[in-house]
Amino acid sequence: MRRLTLIAVPYLWLIALFLIPFAIVLKISLSDVALARPPYMPQLDITGGWVAIREFFAALDFENFWFLTTDDLYWKAYLSSLQIALLSTVLTLLVGYPIAYAMARAAPEWRPTLLMLVILPFWTSFLIRVYAWMGILSNEGLLNQFLLWLGVISEPLTILNTNTAVYIGIVYTYLPFMILPIYSALERMDDSLLEAAEDLGCSRLSAFWLVTIPLSKNGIIAGCFLVFIPTIGEFVIPSLLGGSETLMIGKVLWEEFFSNRDWPVASAVAVILLLILVIPIILFQRNEQKQREAEG
Amino acid sequence: MTQCAFAPWNDPEEKPLIQFRNVSKRFGDFTAIDDLTQDIFEKEFFALLGPSGCGKTTMMRMLAGFDAPTEGQILIAGQDMARVPPNKRAVNMMFQSYALFPHLTVWDNIAFGLKREGKDSETINARVDEMLRLTRLAKFAKRKPHQISGGQRQRVALARSLAKAPKLLLLDEPLGALDKKLRQDTQFELMDIQEKTGTTFVIVTHDQEEAMTVASRVAVMDEGRIVQVATPDQIYEAPNSVYVADFIGDVNIISGRAKTQGDKVAVLWAEAQPDILGTTSKSFSDGQEIHFAIRPEKVGISPDEPADAQNKIQGKVLDIAYLGNISTYHVELPTGHIIKAQTANTRRIARRQITWEDPVWLSWTDTAGVLLER
Repeated sequence: MRRLTLIAVPYLWLIALFLIPFAIVLKISLSDVALARPPYMPQLDITGGWVAIREFFAALDFENFWFLTTDDLYWKAYLSSLQIALLSTVLTLLVGYPIAYAMARAAPEWRPTLLMLVILPFWTSFLIRVYAWMGILSNEGLLNQFLLWLGVISEPLTILNTNTAVYIGIVYTYLPFMILPIYSALERMDDSLLEAAEDLGCSRLSAFWLVTIPLSKNGIIAGCFLVFIPTIGEFVIPSLLGGSETLMIGKVLWEEFFSNRDWPVASAVAVILLLILVIPIILFQRNEQKQREAEG
Repeated sequence: MTQCAFAPWNDPEEKPLIQFRNVSKRFGDFTAIDDLTQDIFEKEFFALLGPSGCGKTTMMRMLAGFDAPTEGQILIAGQDMARVPPNKRAVNMMFQSYALFPHLTVWDNIAFGLKREGKDSETINARVDEMLRLTRLAKFAKRKPHQISGGQRQRVALARSLAKAPKLLLLDEPLGALDKKLRQDTQFELMDIQEKTGTTFVIVTHDQEEAMTVASRVAVMDEGRIVQVATPDQIYEAPNSVYVADFIGDVNIISGRAKTQGDKVAVLWAEAQPDILGTTSKSFSDGQEIHFAIRPEKVGISPDEPADAQNKIQGKVLDIAYLGNISTYHVELPTGHIIKAQTANTRRIARRQITWEDPVWLSWTDTAGVLLER
């Protein structure tokens, strides 16, 4: 009985905070937009009895999902989000791996400090940090001033409100999610493995490719998913740092909800986004599972 | 003792495979190896024995190329190794932790070094299969290291380091992680493999029994120096110092002053006690400090005074350690010294003549012990 209660707690948690909200969103996505409050119909009226419930279900349809296929804005936004997420995951990996590697190779007494420095940005508001990037990247911003002062450029670069700014923002924001799993994989690695590889005829570089990279593979995979999954739905960074040409599904979703007040279409967008994300999330879980099994 | 015994170190014509020439290694203020000169010959099974921190692992790491000597030269097959990185040496190492690649199967672990040499796949297959047979691992070829037992892992590590047929194989505490029974079996296996492959083995260990079992020569190390290099029997029977005598096996040490008596040397060690007579090839001046070392099994113990022993002392049994095959008697002398005497339990324990608090006679011949200066 006690065991059942223990198991029930996380399930109740998931049902209350995940399944029920999802059911509500799914229901809205099947509704029609209405000039009302809330701005959709039909509304479920249980007091009306069996007939009312039947009418309620009869009024639900897939019209909004159909609508998403008629306007190429949506699939372009999905595609563009995937592309931005993919590219920024690769960029984050390229930036994060050397940092994680350097941290894992640092003297043991330095590691907690370095770890702290990676986590430190989380202590300030994410929004403020993105605003700070606006200050850095704008035409009169710190970066341009610095480059002008150096004489590298003669007139300011336009970075803010371009996709470049979005990539910078995403890489910056999600870097710790990449560093931490890779670092934890590298830190566990036994140094004598590298010596063994060298002893068996590897150069330093080939030992890195043949031993270090494969042994940090799970960290790399975990880090990539931790960056890729939230980046697809990201909307704060593209709306603040991106320009008009930055097309991301998160931004579209936000506009449907708050500018157009078309909750049903917005919900349909959200449901599709969730379905897209289910695949990498399942893959991520499977990777974690495999890793646990490998560690026995 | 056979006449054709393997002893290249006694042959002045023989060229050593490894030469340490005045090698020193310092880590900051700490001197790990102190001006060490030593030759190791081909096909030897050379054991470096010493307590932790004596520099034995540093010696091995310098041979593998992971550490460079601060001073001096290391030559392998006549070639100075100073600028040769680990991956360019015909030396392979079996690591204490085994350092098996966890992401590769047993087969791939063994093939790792061969693949780096760029051999064709047929040669690699044949060699890996040969190694798997040699170490009796064929059944486990497809398993990952975490799916096999400690003893099997140890054999994979050995197979992997032997696969490239190195001139020299270094073994860093290879059996440390195994339990005693398995360790003993593996020691003989190691010797067997060493004979079959004809590879020179250098083994680092802190286990004297292991060193004695496997090695053709044992080097006893202390604080960055080699105190004595000799065959296991010489190390045991003729240690050159109290340190070596004490480190290898059990020993009784009695210190005193030397006095020459004809071709023998007497040790004056206590008032009102007969001097201990010993033979030695070394010369001692009268009054010089001298240490007499004798192994417990060379000390006779009897309830009655033995008639014809060169050395005999009376004492009282303080303790008896019964080990099954042998018993060790701790005998207290009137001077307070405690001497250990060991006898084989050839009779059943009920027939034992000596028990606690018994007055007994200890005796030994004048050649049973060794006389040491330090």
